[in-house]
Amino acid sequence: MDITPSYYLTLAALLFTIGAVGLLVRRNTLVMFMCVELMLNAVNLTFVSFAKALDDIGGQVIVFFTLVVAAAEVAIGLAIIVAIFRRRQGVTADDIDLLKG
Amino acid sequence: MDSRDLLDLIWLVPALPALGAVVLLVFGKRIGEPVAGWIATALMGASFLASVLSFVSLSNLPEAERAHVRNLFTWLRSGGLSVKLGLLVDPLSVTMILFVTGVGTLIHLYSIGYMHGDPRFSRYFGYLNLFAVSMLMLVLGSSFLVTFMGWEGVGLCSYLLISFWFERNSAAVAGKKAFVTNRVGDFGFMLAMFLIFQRFGTLDYAGMGERAGTLTGGTVTAIALLLFVGAVGKSAQMPLHIWLPDAMEGPTPVSALIHAATMVTAGVFLVCRAHPFFEASSSATMVVAWVGAVTALFAATVALVQNDIKKVLAYSTVSQLGYMFLAVGVGAYQAAIFHMVTHAFFKALLFLASGSVIHGLGGEQDMRRMGGLKKYMPITAGTFIVGWLAIAGIIPFAGFWSKDEILAKAWFAGDYALWAIGAFGALLTAFYMTRQVWLVFYSRERFGEPALVVSGGSDDGDPIDSGTVIASPGGDAGGEQGHGPHESPWTMTTPLLALAVLSVIGGALNLPFTEPSLEFLAEWLHPVFRGVEELPAESFSLGFALSTVALLIGVSGILLGRAVYRNGLTTSGTDPGADRIGPLGKVLANAYYLDLGLARFVSGPVTAFASFLADGVDRRTIDGAVNGVGRIVMTGGGAIRRLQSGVMRNYAAWILAGAVALLVYFATRVGL
Repeated sequence: MDITPSYYLTLAALLFTIGAVGLLVRRNTLVMFMCVELMLNAVNLTFVSFAKALDDIGGQVIVFFTLVVAAAEVAIGLAIIVAIFRRRQGVTADDIDLLKG
Repeated sequence: MDSRDLLDLIWLVPALPALGAVVLLVFGKRIGEPVAGWIATALMGASFLASVLSFVSLSNLPEAERAHVRNLFTWLRSGGLSVKLGLLVDPLSVTMILFVTGVGTLIHLYSIGYMHGDPRFSRYFGYLNLFAVSMLMLVLGSSFLVTFMGWEGVGLCSYLLISFWFERNSAAVAGKKAFVTNRVGDFGFMLAMFLIFQRFGTLDYAGMGERAGTLTGGTVTAIALLLFVGAVGKSAQMPLHIWLPDAMEGPTPVSALIHAATMVTAGVFLVCRAHPFFEASSSATMVVAWVGAVTALFAATVALVQNDIKKVLAYSTVSQLGYMFLAVGVGAYQAAIFHMVTHAFFKALLFLASGSVIHGLGGEQDMRRMGGLKKYMPITAGTFIVGWLAIAGIIPFAGFWSKDEILAKAWFAGDYALWAIGAFGALLTAFYMTRQVWLVFYSRERFGEPALVVSGGSDDGDPIDSGTVIASPGGDAGGEQGHGPHESPWTMTTPLLALAVLSVIGGALNLPFTEPSLEFLAEWLHPVFRGVEELPAESFSLGFALSTVALLIGVSGILLGRAVYRNGLTTSGTDPGADRIGPLGKVLANAYYLDLGLARFVSGPVTAFASFLADGVDRRTIDGAVNGVGRIVMTGGGAIRRLQSGVMRNYAAWILAGAVALLVYFATRVGL
């Protein structure tokens, strides 16, 4: 069986969809956070697939950027979640709506 | 010192009262009563002496050179316009400053007594001095613009002094009315100046005579009539006379100085000063003469039935000013100036005497509540009677000579209709003045009586509440009547006596005899009116006959008045003269409803238009547009606000939806 780039792209699309749907339907902030990671890595997979298929090193380089930004995002995001948990004894996303207009 | 060097000191004449005005308006409160009054009077007196000095210097010059311009500094320089603040000393301006400062000094002196105890005593004298400065600048100005500056200045002071007792609403309203009505006239004056500047490039009086001759008929008529519009406003001629009767709300010395002797004659002065324009346009002079004649007759009829002692004199002033315009209209400028001077004497006298009556009665102005005052105020009564004989045209009082001069000139000019109107007006003048004398000084004493109910329409000229109960206008008169009517202090009676003397001998200024020549004023003024065609007497006997007719008219007016008013009011308290003319009396008492008509047909629509602009245009359209934009933004914001729910998952959904939408967009664009 020949593994073509479309397999990778289909997998990436599946992962992205799972992440996006999870982000929309789950209320636990930690789980939503994990969904975001899932989406990011789905995109990373796409980049790498295209880099290989098109023989362009740029796609692999941009993945490193994504990883760095994702690491920074995780550091800040988890800190916020911990701070919210300390104040409110829970991290349900729908309860955090003080910034409504 | 040469005469011309002395004439260079002419600036002292307006500068002295200017000093007084500045000092009194800045430090007045600290100076206080009565020093403030004495300062003002002394400075006016000094100004009078300076005027006399300039008169002497000017008469030392040969006749052809009697016009001296003293330029103080360059006032304005803008493009082609360069205006120097210059003072023109010629026989006309010297005549004016002599009687303005002379009568002004007497009225200042009188005011010290009249304004005694007023809380704004020093401010009053500050205004009075300021008025004198403006009036002197008006008559001394060497160009139209300097004259206009004085013109506006006297208008301002008139406004300030009419509404001097601004706590009274009627006084505040009267001041505004005078100011606004005068603006209408000022507009004409300004347009005339624009036209003159456009044609000549200069506003100076010097050389005006030669330049006016180069204009075409239409232009010169336009300039003359526009100047006359200004004169009509300032001199209270029809139809802009409406402010003068209301101006009587001011203190009585103000009525005497501004609204009888000086400011209201500014219009006549302007026509005399700008006479080359009028000489060049026969249609303009015809308009001037007829407006004057109609006003003279109109105001005299209205004066017949007025009950307010000052309103009678106010309408009388309007009427006498009409005579002056009649005179300038027929080209008798010297006669107009002559009447202006004598009128300043006897009308100032009448006003001051009536002020003395009002003062003595503690604020009473209604003639129906006077009577028999001769016994209590002998000096006031005596001087008033002199004024009465002068205005009625009885020989040898001043008014006889000047009014006769005007009527005679009208006759010699061939305007017999104007003569007839003037003569009839003279009859009415004698009649209403006789009525006033009898109601005030003779007849039964009525000042102790309670307020009376009037059945007829002969109210005090107020068009609104005719036929209602008349309370004493002073309000506090009842309290003062406890010690009865009394003669006024010497500061008030001295000016009365001085003006009475002038009213008797004032006619000697210009006696109509040529062999030997006694026409002093006419000859003195001759250099000013050099280009004007003379209106000589056709014959001495005709002139004599006209004088006799004028005298007979005056005497018959007096006899008629005495016959009607010998007993004062009728036993039921009504006016016997007004009773006799029935409903016409009501029309006259309301001044032919002109005031009311103007209010309805001119100020009514103007007010309606203004409130349309305020409400319809400003509040609804302009404010509406501004507020509308605000409301749209607020409503839109309110709608969009709901999008910001604060729930994170909603935002995520929107982001996703946006991403999908972008995807779909690009997919369709590239045709996948």
